[in-house]
Amino acid sequence: MAKDTPPRWDRRMQQRLARGEAAALGEFYDRFASLVHSQAHRMLDDESAADLVTREVFGYVWENPDAYDPKQGSMRSWVVRLTHRQSVRRLRAAEPSPFARGEDGGEEGEQDGGEDTAARQELEERVRRATAAARADYIVASMPAPLRAALELAYIQRRDYRQTATDLGVTEDEARRRLRLGLQLLSTANTRPLEGSAPPGYGRTP
Amino acid sequence: MTGDDDANGRDDEVRGPRRVPGPRAAADDFDLGAVPTAPGPTAPAPALSHRVLKALLGAWALAACSAEETEAVEAHLTECAACADEALRLRDAVGLLHTDRSLDLDPLLRSRVLESCLSRRPARIPVPSWAVPYDAETARLDALLRDIGSSEWHAPVRLRWFEGERQVNRKTTVAGVIGHLMTVDGLVSTALGLDDPAAGGRRGSDTAPGSELPLSPTLRTETYWSAARRPATRAVREPWRDQSHALIRTVSFAGRGAAELSVSYGDFALPLQDALLDRAFECWVHGGDIADAVDYPYEAPSAAHLHRMIDLAARLLPAALAGRRRAGLAAPARHLVRAGSPGRSLHLEIEGSGGGNWYIALDSPAALGSPDHAVAQVALDGTEFCRLVAGHVSPVDAAAGQEGDREAIRDVLFAAASLSRL
Repeated sequence: MAKDTPPRWDRRMQQRLARGEAAALGEFYDRFASLVHSQAHRMLDDESAADLVTREVFGYVWENPDAYDPKQGSMRSWVVRLTHRQSVRRLRAAEPSPFARGEDGGEEGEQDGGEDTAARQELEERVRRATAAARADYIVASMPAPLRAALELAYIQRRDYRQTATDLGVTEDEARRRLRLGLQLLSTANTRPLEGSAPPGYGRTP
Repeated sequence: MTGDDDANGRDDEVRGPRRVPGPRAAADDFDLGAVPTAPGPTAPAPALSHRVLKALLGAWALAACSAEETEAVEAHLTECAACADEALRLRDAVGLLHTDRSLDLDPLLRSRVLESCLSRRPARIPVPSWAVPYDAETARLDALLRDIGSSEWHAPVRLRWFEGERQVNRKTTVAGVIGHLMTVDGLVSTALGLDDPAAGGRRGSDTAPGSELPLSPTLRTETYWSAARRPATRAVREPWRDQSHALIRTVSFAGRGAAELSVSYGDFALPLQDALLDRAFECWVHGGDIADAVDYPYEAPSAAHLHRMIDLAARLLPAALAGRRRAGLAAPARHLVRAGSPGRSLHLEIEGSGGGNWYIALDSPAALGSPDHAVAQVALDGTEFCRLVAGHVSPVDAAAGQEGDREAIRDVLFAAASLSRL
């Protein structure tokens, strides 16, 4: 069978969702649910919160299949962006009141502006860390399999690079190269924000 | 990797290895932020070049080099700003790795999420209610398959079922079981005029879909297994899943009208809605066989789906009884009534999830089961009844509360086991 290439699968899926095909929704879930749930779980570190984000993301996609723009990238990356957005929303909503007060009740916010700023900075730091963690998972999952295998051996199995080379049946040079390249890819999680990740309304700097 | 790094690397090749300073005392306490970048004093050390040391940075960050190499790298970091910078980045990157395996997704989440979606925007093309158990069970098995490793696909699985009066079995592998499910699902595909993936390699030719394979599920599977040139691998997952998705999509578009379409199994036939329920049941049972083989937990279907599966078995029992009677395996009919009238019945009481009460007509499939004509009662747990129908427990050993006509009870329990097949 001619395998559906990703862009073709994406386009067809979008059409089927737009048409209101429940069977397409099931297939869409089967393809992306574990990605959405693990990303949300990595950001929120909470099973039921991750369940809720999963429900929100799929609900949004089912109600707004036309919001997907193939020119912006694959459906997979769109789903990851939606998951990130929902997770950040939850992180912010879970923040204690001083920050919420500052957002809602203008004057009051001015008065305890110092506390507000500290709380906001702390929150931003949490969002940044959670984003990096989720992004790192995504990078590991999508990096070339040989790099992932090397990292898993060295990090999870605690093999040194010579043992890693033996396990993978490659030269020691190659094992070193894979470990370094894998980490280089992974390190971009800390520097590059997810595109389209900045949610509106929270960008003010004090 | 930056262009600067490469430039450094090339430079070094030209200049040859640098001398590196002596090892530091406490490697673990090494604070990269405090690394002075000016070259330190030279000291005797293994003469590793900048290029070699740079290549070691990944292994170093993961604590995956020898003690000597670790010392050499750390000494080098005190004198090479580019490497110190990269070392810091890679160390931070290691902090993003984690050992906790991502949690398996709760299989019940699927129906909750889909229901929530469909309440927000009703489907214009819904999945017919009788196809939903098949949708749920294939998705659940697929999730299990996604989580198992390549080698586990070759784990041995012993399939068990009942023939006549005794339990028989057949050895295969996890991949073999999926091939079996795919092959029998192909009967439904054939009935719907879809391509049958098990018919293999002939598609596009003018052979009718599925025509190379017999209709009887057992023969069909044996033919498929023996035609394979090498043992099945995980590659079978995709055609199996593609076919189940295609079936669900097709019956959704066909809608209610297709419910009664006849699906032939060779020596019997089922209406499409029952055939898909039967396939959902098989998918669960074999999912359980696979889960046992690879030591994974596998729960029963949801109560609503289990109820439909039990109902199908209960509806098939009178005909199965009649078949066994013709073969001399069950007691003769006692009291024949006019078709459509209530006849001698067995009260089947299923307890627990998916349970309920069924009245099985004993003397003829044409008679109606009726509480007023019950001559015996059997009570058993829903999953135990399903184990019996799947041939996983013998009718003699099934944990069932019994009351009344012992002959009727024996015949019904054996008829239930006879519903099982490969």
